[in-house]
Amino acid sequence: MPQPLSATNDFVVKFANVNGSGSASANQLFAKSILRMGIPIASRNIFPSNIQGLPTWFEVRVSGEGHLGRRGGVDMMVAMNPQTWDRDVAEIDAGGYLFYDSTKPMPASKFRPDITVIGVPLTELVNAAYKDARQRQLFKNIIYLGALSALLGIDPVVIETLLSEQYKGKEKLAKSNQDAFHMGRNWAATNLPPIGLKLEKSDKVGDRIYIEGNAAAGLGAVYGGATVCAWYPITPSTSLAEGFEKYAKRFRTNKDGTKNYAIVQAEDELASIGIVIGAGWNGARAFTATSGPGISLMQEFVGLSYFAEVPAVIFDVQRAGPSTGMPTRTQQSDVLSAAYASHGDTKHLVLFPEDPRECFEFGAAAFDIADRFQSTVFVLLDLDIGMNDWLCEPFAWDDSKRMDRGKVMTAEMLEAGRDFGRYLDVDGDGVPFRTYPGTHPTKGAYFTRGTSRDRYAKYSELGSVYVDNMERLLRKFETAKNYVPHPVEKKASRTTPYGVLYYGSSSAAMQEALGALEQDGIHLDAMRIRAFPFHDDIQRFVESHDTVFIVEQNRDAQLRTLVMNECGIDPAKLVPVLHFDGTPITARFIRDAIGRKANSVEVVPLRKAVP
Amino acid sequence: MSYLKPALKHPSLPKNALGFTRRDYEGSISTLCAGCGHDSISASIIQSVWELGIEPHRVAKVSGIGCSSKTPDYFLSASHGFNSVHGRMPSVLTGANLANRDLIYLGVSGDGDSASIGIGQFAHLMRRGVNMTYIVENNGVYGLTKGQFSATSDKGSKAKKGAINTDEAIDLVAMALQLGATYVGRSFSGDKQQLVPLIKGALSHQGVALIDCISPCVAFNNHEGSTKSYDYVREHNESVNKLDVILGRSPIAASYAPGEMTEVTQHDGSVLRLRKLHDDYDATDRVAAMNYLARHKAMGEIVTGLLFVDPEAQDLHASLGTVATPLNQLNDASLCPGSSALEKLNAGLR
Ligand SMILES: Cc1ncc(C[n+]2csc(CCOP(=O)(O)OP(=O)(O)O)c2C)c(N)n1
Ligand code: SF4
Ligand SMILES: [Mg+2]
Repeated sequence: MPQPLSATNDFVVKFANVNGSGSASANQLFAKSILRMGIPIASRNIFPSNIQGLPTWFEVRVSGEGHLGRRGGVDMMVAMNPQTWDRDVAEIDAGGYLFYDSTKPMPASKFRPDITVIGVPLTELVNAAYKDARQRQLFKNIIYLGALSALLGIDPVVIETLLSEQYKGKEKLAKSNQDAFHMGRNWAATNLPPIGLKLEKSDKVGDRIYIEGNAAAGLGAVYGGATVCAWYPITPSTSLAEGFEKYAKRFRTNKDGTKNYAIVQAEDELASIGIVIGAGWNGARAFTATSGPGISLMQEFVGLSYFAEVPAVIFDVQRAGPSTGMPTRTQQSDVLSAAYASHGDTKHLVLFPEDPRECFEFGAAAFDIADRFQSTVFVLLDLDIGMNDWLCEPFAWDDSKRMDRGKVMTAEMLEAGRDFGRYLDVDGDGVPFRTYPGTHPTKGAYFTRGTSRDRYAKYSELGSVYVDNMERLLRKFETAKNYVPHPVEKKASRTTPYGVLYYGSSSAAMQEALGALEQDGIHLDAMRIRAFPFHDDIQRFVESHDTVFIVEQNRDAQLRTLVMNECGIDPAKLVPVLHFDGTPITARFIRDAIGRKANSVEVVPLRKAVP
Repeated sequence: MSYLKPALKHPSLPKNALGFTRRDYEGSISTLCAGCGHDSISASIIQSVWELGIEPHRVAKVSGIGCSSKTPDYFLSASHGFNSVHGRMPSVLTGANLANRDLIYLGVSGDGDSASIGIGQFAHLMRRGVNMTYIVENNGVYGLTKGQFSATSDKGSKAKKGAINTDEAIDLVAMALQLGATYVGRSFSGDKQQLVPLIKGALSHQGVALIDCISPCVAFNNHEGSTKSYDYVREHNESVNKLDVILGRSPIAASYAPGEMTEVTQHDGSVLRLRKLHDDYDATDRVAAMNYLARHKAMGEIVTGLLFVDPEAQDLHASLGTVATPLNQLNDASLCPGSSALEKLNAGLR
């Protein structure tokens, strides 16, 4: 047998549970208790598309170093699901640990010789202490939490506090949970030898918070002044609309009970986006939350928003596959369908948040951007950031900030004789003024349609008028380059011919991989893209390196296509690094892929390439 | 191409309570075929809004796509208008209504727009009770794409080129009644006497008001064998009542036998004075109306008039509990919880 793994504040524990068994809350307590001990963690749910009965996993990566991407590999498996036993046991790294319910004896063939097996008679303990079936099921989870706390060294006071907070006002419930916790803890302390995985209090968490991206984006929409939300349920975006509802209810309910917001659960995504565009046309800030299948349905309307110049915000929490396929798996596979949504010559503003903190920030900023450019703004989350709790910087808000409603001509401006042409480029930035319906009794009304109208919104089918408008729309897009969040660059410790572009939820794994690659002797300048249209710095970045890797979580290298297309870059220069099996990308994957490719690309130094 | 009409005003044109003449409610010159029923509906809309004395800019016009959906350009040029996408006027109008509950919403659609591609949105808008007037300019064909049958085309009706429609027709009035619409009427573009009061009542109604207005397409559906031609509709039109819309209290001019006249007061104070033309018709009884319509349809009648009204109607804003101030007018202070609330939230996430 290999040496049992020994590590402090740096290991991966994976829980294998049955969906609907109440394990989620015990697993959350486990994760949060480690955070409260000041040790950074990254946690992920891996769950099937059903409500009850199918397997579900919860993975906690403990990382004293603060790595928040998925690491890959499992050091300890908490195997609570007989259905998935074989594959769960097989997944443990050599020298790792298997924690299981030893009430029923298992044949030796069900174990592995190269791991440490930790049996706790959970069913026996819980049956002896509780009679009610539901109680037995729920407390079994708390008992394993107790046993794990003894094994790994979780401070029991932390768990007690967390339970008191969770059951605030229901002291009896808190007490019974605490009892179950101690039952497990005491049993393990008395009956089990210590193991090699240890937790030690630290101060690496700081003031960071732990929250999922969907809730953060919903909160962002509240702060961004959204008043109309229309949506149709779809995993993994549902909790975004629900998050908005929760926070809006808390912060936007007036004393008389009336609401400063409206939420409509529409009949489908066509209606959701139609409602958003109607509200945007009429001067309210409106959004919808959806995923890939919804984006497909919304295409015609998104084009209307582009041509009729109506602000709209679409949060797209990306997932894999249409129909029944992989709705609970993560991907970055809607990049092109968002950027070029709809028919005709269209391009859209797209934001790529890296974590919940940016989901909040961009979730609010999207409304300013949409109003300023009178067009659809996509905020592209994915299941990994959307539905998992992430450790991130606390939310911040500048109270002096005001909504930027963009160029809106008011009754006073009209009264003062300002020339109003709905599609007139008055400032040379391609952005025209608009009026809200009902602004003025005799001035400023116009008729909105897709195309075929002139600068003053008068009907026209003249080719030259159409071209004039299309060119202005391009100017507007150009203006947006500087207004949307700029890319973030991180230079390597020495000059290098290699660069890497990445975005969204790949960020955490990328940060970690950069450090590891540096140890391997591969130095990379890194740039995180945060928005489309691309800022000029992105083009400069690519041009100043011989080889640029683009790390993405899709099969077709969609962002690479967009960079090639929009920046006119030689495809040979852009090397795709693609992860698309539906699980979140890992640092190990990036390190291997870039390592292999960097060693195989013949780097032609820029100087030599010039004849 | 459409043209703006010269803004010359005749000094002797009659004025409404606000001092506006009918010209102030007109729009660009129509580009529809001469004789198209849709143009008569536009004229009735102009007449209604003028008679009601609504400031033109307080109306928002929304439509889908089709000849019918083009018409909002041909009336109320001082109102904002939105020619959206095919079959989706209901959602766009719902959003607009949520954004500003203070405007008066007029949705114009066609039978293809509402009963074919847009049937889903039509149905759900009725269910939600959006405060609006929904006019379907129903010609039984797709005019703009040159005469294909639409979903309201009657079974057995003959196309211009001779094909017989074999599919059952969708009756939007029956659907609206079933789905909870609170003001339902049917009319005929050629009967301005009936249509104008129906539109006025709908515009003053504080809930969802549907008017299914048969509107012959002279280019593709006005021939022998069509059930939506001028001749056919005139022959089969059975009006159940005669409506007068009275703003503020005014005495009843003529005297009626008991039971012959009903008055319904709407939320906004307008009074719908209904004179019965059919003894057994009660426009305030939804179920009875549904039965009556089904029976008389089987007899080959096109039943018109104000078919149902619920004066206690509630709208979507009431269901949602939204604030009285239009949402598009709320400022930063009433929308953004600010940094101190955020600090507290952060504390709860550690
Ligand atoms: C998505 C989409 N499909 C098809 C069309 C083509 N189209 C334009 S108008 C129309 C039918 C309109 O019929 P109706 O609503 O009855 O209006 P009418 O012209 O008869 O007044 C169709 C099919 C379109 N504009 N958009
Ligand atoms: S084609 Fe028919 S519906 Fe269209 S304008 Fe001509 S008559 Fe009217
Ligand atoms: Mg039609």
